[in-house]
Amino acid sequence: MILHPAIVALLLVSLLTTGMTLYGAYFGIGIMRRWNLKSGSEGQLALERRTYLISTLLAYVLIFQVGSLFLFVQTAESLHNQFVGAMCAAGSLNVDPYGYPAFLLKILNVILAGLWLIINHVDNGAHDYPLIKKKYALLLVLAPLFLAESVVQTLYFLELKADVITSCCGSLFSSEGNGVSSDIAAIPAKAAMAGFYLSFGLTFVLGGIYWFKGKLGGLFSFASGLFFLVSCISLISFISLYFYELPTHHCPFCILQREYHYIGYLLYAALLTGVVSGLGVGVLMPFAGVGSLAGSLPLFQKRLAMVCLVAYLLFTGIAICRMIGTDFTLG
Amino acid sequence: MARWIEKYRSILDFTLSSLVRRKGKNLSLLVVYVLVVFMLGSAMFLTEAMKREASLVLKGAPEMVIQRLLQGRYDPIPMSYLEKIRGIRGVISAEPRLWGYIYDSAIGANYTLMVPRNVALPSGEIMIGNGISRRRMIYSKDMMSFNLSNGSSRVFTVRDVISPESELVSADLVLLSEGDFREIFELPSTHATDLVVKIRNPKELVTVAKKVMELLPDTRPIIRDEMVRTYDSVFDWRGGIVTVLLMMALLAFVILAWEKASGLSADEKREIGILKAIGWETSDVIAVKAYEGLLISFFSFTVGILLAYGHVFFFSAALFAPAMKGWSVLYPDFRITPFVDPYQVAVLFFLTVVPYTVATIVPSWRAAIVDPDSVMRS
Repeated sequence: MILHPAIVALLLVSLLTTGMTLYGAYFGIGIMRRWNLKSGSEGQLALERRTYLISTLLAYVLIFQVGSLFLFVQTAESLHNQFVGAMCAAGSLNVDPYGYPAFLLKILNVILAGLWLIINHVDNGAHDYPLIKKKYALLLVLAPLFLAESVVQTLYFLELKADVITSCCGSLFSSEGNGVSSDIAAIPAKAAMAGFYLSFGLTFVLGGIYWFKGKLGGLFSFASGLFFLVSCISLISFISLYFYELPTHHCPFCILQREYHYIGYLLYAALLTGVVSGLGVGVLMPFAGVGSLAGSLPLFQKRLAMVCLVAYLLFTGIAICRMIGTDFTLG
Repeated sequence: MARWIEKYRSILDFTLSSLVRRKGKNLSLLVVYVLVVFMLGSAMFLTEAMKREASLVLKGAPEMVIQRLLQGRYDPIPMSYLEKIRGIRGVISAEPRLWGYIYDSAIGANYTLMVPRNVALPSGEIMIGNGISRRRMIYSKDMMSFNLSNGSSRVFTVRDVISPESELVSADLVLLSEGDFREIFELPSTHATDLVVKIRNPKELVTVAKKVMELLPDTRPIIRDEMVRTYDSVFDWRGGIVTVLLMMALLAFVILAWEKASGLSADEKREIGILKAIGWETSDVIAVKAYEGLLISFFSFTVGILLAYGHVFFFSAALFAPAMKGWSVLYPDFRITPFVDPYQVAVLFFLTVVPYTVATIVPSWRAAIVDPDSVMRS
């Protein structure tokens, strides 16, 4: 294990967020078993009060989770010097088999925590908490994933060993194999571009239909999820190349660095906002028939759809501006 | 939207005024908070700055150094190895280096003796680093003696003091001629301390290193990248150890924050009771408490970071330097180049503000759920 202040910080934060979600899930079991809004008993009152605590905890969990996602990538980036062959975060994450799983789990948990807060917001807006059992059931899914993330991230850091000079020989480390691979498999740029523009168009058309007619919300939500995946693939496949102006550097992490004016933060923030609000529309679809939500839900969903479209437009806009603005071409 | 902003502006307004009303209670927390940020921040800034200095120094290091090992320890290397290494394809040049350590009992420090490769000093003359000059109060044209390996001693004239700009690497340095060096250590002319190798294509470094190991099995080639990695991990490790040690302080701080947040006075309880009675919701009170924490964090974090910055970059981290710099006696006296990047600030934020915030969630919720009826009655 490498002892680095950032690693200590990341372990600390994941310990806290896991503890908070586990506590929420534990409380969720109580809600599912004993929740009865019609009762005025002490127990029910205590449950109602405690829901405020869980909402607050989860709101903080989301904030910390987003922060720790970026901190994780930055830490991988700052450690790359210590591994043979690693050129940036992409290489550091490859040092042991837990790097990428930890990273992907972090993204998944950000999205899930965001969706939970959306459901929570809708639920709190209605007078009779119509979604309360469902949202605590979702928390039961969330908690093991947070736990898994914590464990995988800890394993990743535990397995890290810097390739340093030992007293027996210096270059044995360097000559042992070729070090870690920094490459990320990328699909051909042409195919990725086609997919990217197609899914972008699809999301916008469906979003427009949903905004004006209030129809095809589920399909729009699906398209927004698809666009997120396609965008991630496209970032690796061709968008990043335009930022680096290098035809071989398929790295989704280096755009987060100072050399590229930290533009990656804006891109990823837009993508994450887009996917959380886009999927949020779909997640709320099944509750359209709930009586106490009938007034507020469609409006809220439309707002979410708009947030999603604006975020995706921002992402695509930045990417396209760069593609047009740079002298670099993909032949 | 405007109503929403108006609502939170009022809550923020209320939070600020209630914080100011309870200056005394929050002051002790603020002091400890600032102190925690200051200590962790100093350790981190210093580590990063040292890493940076080391990497700047190592930029000028040779691409590859070859040492000879004997009985698992490093040993002078025969000059005859030079020809063999020069014969490896891809090697531009291979040169011997002469350097060693000598102990000076007068000040209890080790000096690094080195024969410079680019200038030839006349026999009997030396150049000394600023650290030695300062400690021994020896300057240009003064005399300085060294104990030889055979027990006798020899006097040298100081030709010049090396400029203080390079003090980080030259504080304990003594430059002298090859003949004098060999005389002091009784090193035969057939041997050198180690060899430095220049290689045409950096991609071939590892291949050349492998060939050297095959050709001369009793040597170890060290590549510059390995030195960089080693320094990085040593400094990271030191920073990490200090962080782990400070975790105890952090824990104590978290407990203090928890206690402070849960110990509501009767006045505060009544205040919250009244707010709820006039229509505030539980979530509004939680928001007030969250803002309170946010303001305290913002203030302490900013002050703590500024203090840490001043401590490390203006006062050369006087409190932590012995732990971070190493165990040399002749410390270089240098002012670290100010360097802080957003990443370090983020790490510091996660180490201090996040635990504090978490510690206050449950107490603020407890405060927010008080029953207005029972509070106002009591």
